[in-house]
Amino acid sequence: MKIIVCVKQVPDTSGKVAVNPDGTLNRASMATITNPDDLNAVEAALKLKEETGAEVIVISMGPPPAEGMLREVMARGVDRAVLVSAREFGGSDTYATSQILAAAINKIGVEAEDVVFCGRQAIDGDTAQVGPQIAEKLGLPQVSYAADIKKEGDTLTIQRMLEDGYMTIKVKTPCLITCIKELNTPRYMSVEGIFDCYSKPYEVFDYEALKDDPLIDPSTIGLKGSPTNIFKSFTPPQKGAGMMMEGADKETCDKLAGILAAKHII
Amino acid sequence: MSTFNSSDIAAFTGGVWVFCEQRQGTMMSTSFELISEGRKLADERGVKLYGLLLGENIEGIAKELGGYGADGVYVCDSPLLKNYTTDAYTKVICDVVHEYKPEVLLIGATNIGRDLGPRCAARLHTGLTADCTHLDIAMGTYVDFLRSSSTLDVDNIKFDMEDTNLKMTRPAFGGHLMATIICPRFRPCMATVRPGVMKKAEFSQAKADACEIIKPKFTLTAADVQTEVVEVVKAAKKLVDLIGADVVVSVGRGISKDVQGGIKLAEELAEVLGGVVGSSRAVVDSGWMSADHQVGQTGKTVHPKIYVALGISGAIQHKAGMQDSECIIAVNKNDTAPIFEVADYGICGDLFKVTPMLIEAIKAAKAAK
Repeated sequence: MKIIVCVKQVPDTSGKVAVNPDGTLNRASMATITNPDDLNAVEAALKLKEETGAEVIVISMGPPPAEGMLREVMARGVDRAVLVSAREFGGSDTYATSQILAAAINKIGVEAEDVVFCGRQAIDGDTAQVGPQIAEKLGLPQVSYAADIKKEGDTLTIQRMLEDGYMTIKVKTPCLITCIKELNTPRYMSVEGIFDCYSKPYEVFDYEALKDDPLIDPSTIGLKGSPTNIFKSFTPPQKGAGMMMEGADKETCDKLAGILAAKHII
Repeated sequence: MSTFNSSDIAAFTGGVWVFCEQRQGTMMSTSFELISEGRKLADERGVKLYGLLLGENIEGIAKELGGYGADGVYVCDSPLLKNYTTDAYTKVICDVVHEYKPEVLLIGATNIGRDLGPRCAARLHTGLTADCTHLDIAMGTYVDFLRSSSTLDVDNIKFDMEDTNLKMTRPAFGGHLMATIICPRFRPCMATVRPGVMKKAEFSQAKADACEIIKPKFTLTAADVQTEVVEVVKAAKKLVDLIGADVVVSVGRGISKDVQGGIKLAEELAEVLGGVVGSSRAVVDSGWMSADHQVGQTGKTVHPKIYVALGISGAIQHKAGMQDSECIIAVNKNDTAPIFEVADYGICGDLFKVTPMLIEAIKAAKAAK
């Protein structure tokens, strides 16, 4: 049994974000992290490995420096890593990205007992689209928003979160699951893991490695193959400064309540 | 079945469509919001607006969509559509889209819509833009939107006024930037739209009565569905209705020294103002409040009449979910907190001291009216 986990290196948007004069993100100046939901996917895979002895393979699409992130993920206990990286893949939207990742997963091979895990969404795009689109391209059933996973034989029983409750869903392997933070608490890298991670197998799939897969076509990958394009990007105008009240005592509060009443806000 | 090629743009004459999500036979309110928005888009394009409704025994709730602007509703009824499954819903939607070829397909960005949309777009070979907060077709209305909602020098940019692509605007990078996305080479143009963002139109019974019901042919067998829904469980506690509330009082990390006390103060203030309690992401991530309270880019988008931020620093991702509120009041110990950049009224002080006084002051001001 194999478990394949898709991870993404993302700019840390929770901290300070640098924007270029042309309105694009200045990625070079920002710290990068492993996408948070993807760490829950890694943890889910490692838990399943403990139960089943499965091999866990982590896969990411990105520039060569993403190797560092993949080594860190291996230090948590993942067995091997694949980086999908080529100039031809750059500028891909979610549709094109899922074509490429699906081709890479095909190359690793999905067999009857296997499971693919993804994080629900990445914090740089927040789309939650790549997981389901990989599943479609691979022809696998998907369950997204997984908050609990139990495996018995070839059947996974998953608690799939809704805004107003949850569904319990049964699905057979092979399948693709997207994970949310409620699923588990990701483990840290172990000292032993850090020692081992540079001797674990690490491969790069470039354009040459994937080009024979029918999913890899100039019309469906990269910037040119992406169905969606950015038409404009812009920053919203700053709202005019409001009124900073003087003090923070009873008088201040009475004055504010008076203003709100006079303006019929309350 | 007629031929389908998503790049044959001229063939997509089926109008603007909205996938109308229902759960257990009850229409999700985002369906009404999207129909209302879809009406605007269909009018800009001069085409018809249709709802697309899947479920079991759901024809009875279809006509109500007409009351918000739908010319008709495609109703797909089957026992296999009773509960949402990715496989069944994707199959039926793709079948019907193949046949009737809408040029636009909108889906509510609920936990179900965000599962369904990408799967359908991948199968149809078209683009999908996630979590949109603004939509335009006519370039004129898009330019007006940019004029009021961006820092772009609109008058010195050349726009193709004949452009008929759906222009889908969404926050990017945690709300630090806005991006308008188009899907110029394929149809339908697909977008998921954040619940609570689009305004519901006034309901018209006459329009509801006139709404056409269409029952398209589709094939669906149990073998098409690879997942089994064992049960659907509603959350035991009543979830807070942030989106529908007139007043939201939210708490942030500032309550950390007395979490329960801080939440209690927010509840009291919310009660006086007639509202509900929300929170920042930090509060939910710390496990102090449940996820249904979260306001922000990854939580809910709200635009109440009054938004009170207690001990919330105002990270961009939080502001993205509340900055369009009509009146924003912020209380924070740190006078450089970014929340004050969007606040109409700011008080620099300890929320545990200020809030009780504010509650009394508001009670007194209301009593004096």
